[in-house]
Amino acid sequence: MTTRIDARFADLAKQGRSAFVTFLMAGDPDPKTSLDIIKALPKAGADIIEIGMPFTDPMADGPSIQAAGLRALKAGMTLKKTLEMVRGFRKDDNATPLVLMGYYNPIYIYGVDKFLADAKSAGVDGLIIVDLPPEEDTELCIPAMKAGLNFIRLATPTTDDKRLPAVLANTSGFVYYVSITGITGSASADSNAVGEAVARIKRHTKLPVCVGFGIRTPDAARAIAENANGAVVGTALVDALRASLDSEGRATPKTVGAVADLVTALAQGVRGAKQAAE
Amino acid sequence: MNPNLPNSFRTGPDERGHFGIFGGRFVAETLMPLILDLEKAYADAKADPAFQAEMNGYLKNYVGRPSPLYFAERLTEHLGGAKIYFKREELNHTGSHKVNNVLGQIMVARRMGKKRIIAETGAGQHGVATATLCARFGLECVVYMGAVDVERQQPNVIRMEMLGAKVVPVQSGARTLKDAMNDALRDWVTNVHSTFYCIGTVAGPHPYPMMVRDFQSIIGIETREQMQEAEGRLPDSLVACIGGGSNAMGLFHPFLDDPSVEIFGVEAAGHGLTQLHAASIAGGRPGVLHGNRTYLLMDEDGQIQDAHSISAGLDYPGIGPEHSWLHETGRVNYLSATDEEALAAFQLLTRLEGIPPALEPAHAIAKVMELAPKRPRDHLMVVNLSGRGDKDIPQITEILKGRKK
Repeated sequence: MTTRIDARFADLAKQGRSAFVTFLMAGDPDPKTSLDIIKALPKAGADIIEIGMPFTDPMADGPSIQAAGLRALKAGMTLKKTLEMVRGFRKDDNATPLVLMGYYNPIYIYGVDKFLADAKSAGVDGLIIVDLPPEEDTELCIPAMKAGLNFIRLATPTTDDKRLPAVLANTSGFVYYVSITGITGSASADSNAVGEAVARIKRHTKLPVCVGFGIRTPDAARAIAENANGAVVGTALVDALRASLDSEGRATPKTVGAVADLVTALAQGVRGAKQAAE
Repeated sequence: MNPNLPNSFRTGPDERGHFGIFGGRFVAETLMPLILDLEKAYADAKADPAFQAEMNGYLKNYVGRPSPLYFAERLTEHLGGAKIYFKREELNHTGSHKVNNVLGQIMVARRMGKKRIIAETGAGQHGVATATLCARFGLECVVYMGAVDVERQQPNVIRMEMLGAKVVPVQSGARTLKDAMNDALRDWVTNVHSTFYCIGTVAGPHPYPMMVRDFQSIIGIETREQMQEAEGRLPDSLVACIGGGSNAMGLFHPFLDDPSVEIFGVEAAGHGLTQLHAASIAGGRPGVLHGNRTYLLMDEDGQIQDAHSISAGLDYPGIGPEHSWLHETGRVNYLSATDEEALAAFQLLTRLEGIPPALEPAHAIAKVMELAPKRPRDHLMVVNLSGRGDKDIPQITEILKGRKK
């Protein structure tokens, strides 16, 4: 089974460069603006798009992404509407991989089988669920693989060599290396340490390894892209979005452009990287 | 009753931390290796007689155990039914049952070489117990507490700070216990190498629900012995309040396989079950939050709802996973008491017995006031007086003053 994610990495390998992966929260600051932003991302240089599923209690997220989720929920976002947004995106773009990222409870309440069927038919390619470690694979990971969706696992600095095989066992699409022990948007990643960590993971898997948490600038994105198969930026984009809002937290005419401009700059950083890690 | 009833109610959880479908380990990968380390460290400690002996020494001479089992004669006369006994956990050092668990966890943390302890707290009782034992063992202590709770539980905030703890007021969400737990988990993810997370209730990822229950089971174990001594038999019923449910689990667990013992847990019904409340079993359904699957208050989209209770210690939209299982198997009956009922119980108990209970066990007393009169005079009812009311006096004074105007 080849997903859009597999196809995209194969294509990037031919081009000899790393992926630029963006994260934004579905429905932030409102469902319509959010869809407009997502639609603008591929042209601005996003290779893979992660869409956050808003949740009231995002335990691994820092203040920026917490606030983004609350803005989205306040604007009436639900998991059902997130899947509608994916459908809206797929009307014009059948190539860019879409990954839903979030926490398990809204999916559990939606119903795992129904969610997987609806996500697949909407055009979702992969899932990253923060609070489902390999110990809980029977919940969603195994069913997702059967449904033809990639289940992308997080590996962290605390995932040692002994544990890595378990973490990688049912992972597909790519491995998401969390470059710091911490929440999103807190510390900055050291690109040398990241390089060593990526090399360590690659000794255990042939999957591409993308790196996220703590990447905010084009320079940082380039440095990471030189050491990994992809660089993920989330909090910096969410912050740019927030800065474009009016005092009531509503979208302004600048909002879509503010995010797209930063994506363009970061994508140039990634594209400026020397040959990516093999 | 559920057709798949187990032979014993006391064998859980399984090796993956499940009580039926409840429990589990729903945490970020960053924490997972540490949770496995903790599971191992706790298993080692549990099997080590020296650990038990050291803990028993502190329980006796530092905490002040055993706590008395007291016959509440005037309350019994007033209600005119069951013979009511109080398990006096409020007499423990630090003023509640929380210290039983904190002592155990701090001793495990010491075995693991952790020097920094974090905790979440609602009413502040768990925070005070944690700050106390960190002072005793010279450990750094950071307590996360919802900003709303910091306001309504000032005496405990002052105590924690005097004990040398740093109290962090949490501004996210409804700024109560759930949000304090989120921020404690965020701290833990960030400082995973140095830090031990001392969870205050029978919730969170495995092994916490089991470990906290084990440390609290001293309550039920003593109650069995003391009732044997006082009345020569088992009690007929047990009543305890439930937020996360650690005082209740501690009392209940040693009696779960005694079918003659009726067991009642009392959730906080806040303004009433059709309005804002904190009764996860009465008003919730199974979901996943804070590392475990359990009954939660949430909306149709699986978003967690803010709980409400007059009692900061019960103001949580979830409940320990073992309680969810005991509910579904029918072994324990889960009731609920409103803010008003708890306030009335607080006043009654203070006047009749000279014991101002914390607002948390006042919920249990409120249901005793309903249950006891319907039972015969030879019925032995034990209620867990899990904390003392000193911390609540400023809040209750304000509420009662507001009514006189």
